[in-house]
Amino acid sequence: MDLALSTGASGGLNGRRVQDAAFRGTTRVFAFGVLLLLGGIIVALAAGSLLAFSTFGWGFLTSQAWNPVKENFGALPAIYGTLVTSFIALLIGIPLAFGIAVFLTELCPPRLRRPIGTLIELLAAIPSIIYGIWGLFVLAPFLQSTVQPALIAVLGPLPVIGFLFRGPPLGLGVLTAGIILGFMVLPFIAAVSRDVFLTVPTMLRESAYGVGATTSEVVRHIVLPYTRVGVIGGIMLGLGRALGETMAVTFVIGNSHRIMPSLLAPGTTISATLANEFTEAVSPLYTSSLTGLGAILFVITFLVLAAAKLMLLRLEQRSAK
Amino acid sequence: MTLYERRRVGNVIALTLSWIATAVGLVILFLILWTLLRRGFTAIGPGFFTQMTPPPGSRGGLANAIYGSLVMTAVATLVGTPVGVLTGTYLAEFGRGSRVAPIVRFVNDILLSAPSIIIGLFVYELMVVRMGHFSAWAGSVALAIIVVPVVVRTTEDMLRLVPGSLREAAIALGAPQWKVTVSVIYRAALQGMLTGVMLAVARIAGETAPLLFTALNNQFWSTNMNGPMANLPYVIFQFALSPYADWQQLAWGGALLITFTILLLNILARFLAGWSNRTP
Repeated sequence: MDLALSTGASGGLNGRRVQDAAFRGTTRVFAFGVLLLLGGIIVALAAGSLLAFSTFGWGFLTSQAWNPVKENFGALPAIYGTLVTSFIALLIGIPLAFGIAVFLTELCPPRLRRPIGTLIELLAAIPSIIYGIWGLFVLAPFLQSTVQPALIAVLGPLPVIGFLFRGPPLGLGVLTAGIILGFMVLPFIAAVSRDVFLTVPTMLRESAYGVGATTSEVVRHIVLPYTRVGVIGGIMLGLGRALGETMAVTFVIGNSHRIMPSLLAPGTTISATLANEFTEAVSPLYTSSLTGLGAILFVITFLVLAAAKLMLLRLEQRSAK
Repeated sequence: MTLYERRRVGNVIALTLSWIATAVGLVILFLILWTLLRRGFTAIGPGFFTQMTPPPGSRGGLANAIYGSLVMTAVATLVGTPVGVLTGTYLAEFGRGSRVAPIVRFVNDILLSAPSIIIGLFVYELMVVRMGHFSAWAGSVALAIIVVPVVVRTTEDMLRLVPGSLREAAIALGAPQWKVTVSVIYRAALQGMLTGVMLAVARIAGETAPLLFTALNNQFWSTNMNGPMANLPYVIFQFALSPYADWQQLAWGGALLITFTILLLNILARFLAGWSNRTP
C-alpha cells in the first residue's frame, strides 16, 4: 500500500523536486549576485584607478600636489581631511551617543523610551544633503560669530594644542565639517549602544543595584565591561559612516587641497573632492586620479566596517550562548 | 565629603550629563526641522509643483526635479526589491549550514554601510562610460544597488521571525517548499518586509552622492530615461550653493519637501513594524 502510494505519486514528486530546485537555485543566484556586486565594485575601482597608480606609483598616497592644469595629483590632503574630520566626528558623537544610550536604558521613564528613541533614530533618516544645507546656512555662521572667536581666544595661545585653533574664524572648514559629521554619526552609535546595553542580563544589573551600586557605577562597572565589544563595534560603524559621508561635508569644508595645521582652515575630504570635481575632470589622468581616491576610500571604509561587523558578531554569539 | 556623598554627587553629575546629551540630540533634530519649516515653507507656492526649474532671476518651481526623483526612486525600488527579497530568502530559508550564506550576509552588511559615492563611481564606470552619456537609467541602477542590502537585511530578519511550526505545518500538508515560502512564509512576514521596502525608499529618496555622476541634472522637463534627468537632491545641491536668492529659496523648499516625505515614510514604516510585531 505504501509502495503503491509512493510510486503512484512519483511523477508529481519529481515535478515538485524540479520546482523546488529551481526556486532554491534562483534565490542562490541572487545571493551570489550580492557577492558579485562587491567584486564588480572592486574591479571597477581598480581598473579606473590603474592609470593614476601607474603614473604616480605609491607616491600618489603621500603627495600633496593637486594641480589639474599640470596634471600632477596626490591623495594626501584628501586622506588627511577624511581622517581628521572623522576623528572630530567621533570626539563629538561618542560622548553624546553614549549619554543618550545610558539615558534610554537606565534613566528614561518606560513610557517615553520609544518616542525618544524614535526621535533620535530620525536623526539618522535625515538625508546628508539636508545636514549640508543646514550646516552651511545655520551652523557655519553661528560657529563663525560665536564659537570660533572664543576658541581662538581661549585655546589659540596654549602651547601644545594652540596651533589647531589659530587663524581667522571662517565658519567653513575642517572643524565645522567634523561637527556636522558628529551629529550625523550620533544616531548610529546611540542605536547600537542602546541595543547592546539591553543585552546585559537583568540579573547582573540588579545584583549590582542590590549591593548598593549607584546608576553610574552600574553603567561603568557592569554594563560597559559586558558590552565593550559591541560598543566599539557601534563606534566603528559610525566611523565607517563618517569616512564616506559626502554631501554634508562638501557643503561646509571649504574645498582646499592644502594640509593646514589649523582646524579652522578649509580642507577637503576624499568624498568632497569626488563630488566637486568628478564631472569637471576632462583628462583621463584626472578622472583616474579621482577614481584612485575613491578606491582608497573604499579600502579604508571596508576595513573599518569589516572590523565593526566582526566585533558585533562576537557579541551576538556570546549573548546567544 | 564622605565616601557616600562623593558617590552620590558623582552619580548625579553623570546622570545630568546623560540628560544633557539626550537634550542636545533632540534639540539638533528640532533645530533642523524648524529651519526647514521657516525657510522652506514660503517657497512652496502654487508654481512649486507645476513649473520647471528656472534660470537665475526668474520665478519657477521644481516640477521636473520632483518628477525625476519620483521616477528614479520608483524604478530603483522595483528593481532592487525582488533582488533583495530573493537574496534574503536564500539567507533565511536555504542558507542554513551552507558556507556561502555567512559570507553573503557579511558582504551585504558591508554594502549596507558602504559610502554611497562609491556606488556612484561604480555605476559611472559600469554604465556611463560605456553608454557615453549620463542617464536616468544609470541613476536608477545606482539607487537600486543601495536598495538591495536594506531589503536583504529586513527580509532575512523578518523571515527568521516566522515560527518553524508554520513551515512544518505547510510541508506536512504536502505543499512543495517554494509554495510554502511564497504563499505561507511571505504572507506571514509581509508587513515586516514592506517596512524594509519603505525604509529603503526613504533612504534613496534623499541620496545625492550616487546621482552626481550618473543621472546628473537637467534644467528642462525630460521623460527620457536614456538621458540626464533632473532630481530633487541634485537641484538642492546646485541651488543652495548658488549666489542667487530665488534659487536658494527653491532649494529650501525642495529640502523641506524631501525631508518631511522621508520622515513620514520612516514613521509609517515604524507603525507598520510595531503593528506586525503585535499580531502574532
